[in-house]
Amino acid sequence: MQQQLPLDSMLKEQYDTHREELIARDIPTVTNLRDKAFAAFQKSGFPDSSQEKWRNTSIEDLWEDTFEHQIGIMKSDRNVEELFRCEVHNFDTEIVSLLNGWHVKNDGDMRTLPDGVIMGSIQAAMKVYPALFEKHFCQICDENPNGFVSINTAMMQDGVFIYVPDGVVAEKTIQIIKMIDRKEQVFVQTRNLIVLGKNSQLSLMHCDDSINQQSSLVNTVTEIFLDENASLELYKLQNLNDQSGLVNSTFVRQMASSNLKTNTLTFNCGLIRNNITVNLDGAGAHADVLGLYLMDKQQHIDNQIQINHNVAHCTSNELFKGILDDEASAVFNGYIYVARDAQKTNAYQNNNNILLKPTATINTMPFLEIYADDVKCSHGATIGQLDQEAMFYLRSRGIAADNARLLLMYAFAADIINHISIEPLRQRIDDMVKKRLRGELSVCDKCILHCGAPEKQYHFDIDLSKL
Amino acid sequence: MLLNIKNLHVSIDGKEIIKGLNLGVNKGEVHAIMGPNGTGKSTLAAAITGREGYEITEGEIWFKGKNIVDLSPEERANEGIFLSFQYPVEIPGVSMTNFMRTAINAQREYRGEPAMPAGEFLKLMEEKKKLVEIHSKLTNRSVNEGFSGGEKKKNEIFQMALLEPTLAILDETDSGLDIDALRVVAKGVNQLRADNNAFVVITHYQRLLEYIVPDFVHVMYDGKIVKSGGKNLALELEEKGYEWLKQQELA
Repeated sequence: MQQQLPLDSMLKEQYDTHREELIARDIPTVTNLRDKAFAAFQKSGFPDSSQEKWRNTSIEDLWEDTFEHQIGIMKSDRNVEELFRCEVHNFDTEIVSLLNGWHVKNDGDMRTLPDGVIMGSIQAAMKVYPALFEKHFCQICDENPNGFVSINTAMMQDGVFIYVPDGVVAEKTIQIIKMIDRKEQVFVQTRNLIVLGKNSQLSLMHCDDSINQQSSLVNTVTEIFLDENASLELYKLQNLNDQSGLVNSTFVRQMASSNLKTNTLTFNCGLIRNNITVNLDGAGAHADVLGLYLMDKQQHIDNQIQINHNVAHCTSNELFKGILDDEASAVFNGYIYVARDAQKTNAYQNNNNILLKPTATINTMPFLEIYADDVKCSHGATIGQLDQEAMFYLRSRGIAADNARLLLMYAFAADIINHISIEPLRQRIDDMVKKRLRGELSVCDKCILHCGAPEKQYHFDIDLSKL
Repeated sequence: MLLNIKNLHVSIDGKEIIKGLNLGVNKGEVHAIMGPNGTGKSTLAAAITGREGYEITEGEIWFKGKNIVDLSPEERANEGIFLSFQYPVEIPGVSMTNFMRTAINAQREYRGEPAMPAGEFLKLMEEKKKLVEIHSKLTNRSVNEGFSGGEKKKNEIFQMALLEPTLAILDETDSGLDIDALRVVAKGVNQLRADNNAFVVITHYQRLLEYIVPDFVHVMYDGKIVKSGGKNLALELEEKGYEWLKQQELA
């Protein structure tokens, strides 16, 4: 019966009827924040395309489906260990598995890794590190968040907490694998908090996958705090089925001389909205915000990137590239804000797109809001087909048109891939991009990083038989 | 005859550029095509190599006994035609190694030969690099990206050396080259000259022909070859300029 209700009504009803269950493991601050966020959600509901920031994404399409949402753990019938088996050779990661939004096995227990990194579930974190938790939870996301963020705060149940203490350099990449496996159409929320202390370093992968063809809607909010001179590499891999919706909101606050490098790689998903907001709050902070999207059929991707230069002497670099085929559509909204006193800001923004068919569309909107006078800001956006000069050049050497096209598309994408500094990961992503461009990559049985045969040195020999 | 062009007419966007051109090239020969700007020299190169947008409205291009006007650019390349571009294209993200390996293997596949093993290919690259005095590591460089004008032209000859075409068309290979680079490029070409291949050298100036000595010189004007002769014709043109030909043509 509940399933018959639209998602927003159902969630409101659930909050009223199941509030006690939801707050059972909270510390008081969190309960207060939930109530406040719920009140905000009651007022706002989910955003719709009448709002400027949602204008080109018909989020309403999602509500054509009815979703199930559950307070308490959602299980899967499958063998969990089989699902999360990792086979990336030469790439030893610390894996955290979330199935249907919930930690698998004891992954959520608070623990300290040999290199000093502390991690566990968000519920464990509020109990074990209440001061640290209160200092950052809900403090990095927008002051006036949209409905997706509000409902996430109000009804979050599980998620990942990572704390890298001052001076700790994480040796292993932490890999968060989130999978959805339910027979019903489910709405799943995850809430993450990542805190890096002074002079610490971490690289983190965040994989969103689905393992069947059932539709799902995932709403993730991640807050990240980088203290002075901390350094974070964040790779997001998104490979969900065509029926899936993913709303991913990432909020970052960076203190002096901290360094953020994020790369959002989207291979497949029905509808994706990535919100990335970076606050540069300390002099000398630098953010690289990169992304690649390869979409086809009727897939839709919307990347909303906001970089706030709140203080002087910070630098940022935004580069998103996309290849769109069939009737795929994309939105890129790059917003750079430079506060009045943020002198000596250096901000660069670029969005390049290749449309393979006239039916594919892109809406790209650079937006600069600058109140300081001694700044360097530049932006650029291109929309085009493949370079015909280059096509002829390749063909004039004997390379068939299809292969020439593939080479050029790969080269276009490689510009982003080459920024991946973890070599085994770069190779694997490289391999995935090639597969995606050849139409061989699909939603795998398992996590996308598990899909390959044993690792081998990969040469870009175009296999003519595959075209 | 290796290449036999008969009464060729080529239009771009409905405008006729080549207006009934005839040219025959045998193996072992070097033909120079000279002429003022805008007379259709580069259009001829584009028409032979099958560039899109160059419409052959009349005439035939016979290569190795086959009329190739309906073949795709890659098929013509695989038949053994090579074009050294006037403006080589920069292709960021495609490494020289991958580019050439893909090209060589495409041509081998066309001929029904197995792909070249990686080791053999790398050895071949090293060998051919010496020919055009390329000293830098090409392996990790993108095609022509960040290359100087001279490097780009050397790179064209390098590709030619790797692909070993039967017919090479050099389109204004001398433009933008200083004398040292010109000498290197010419030396490369001369070393590749053989009894079983042929060259068509398109140039505006006689300078290049001091280094690549042609067997025949043709002068193009207004879409046609208006005069043909031996290598001395180039010298005559250098001395008198193109004006006297125009006068002759008008008369």
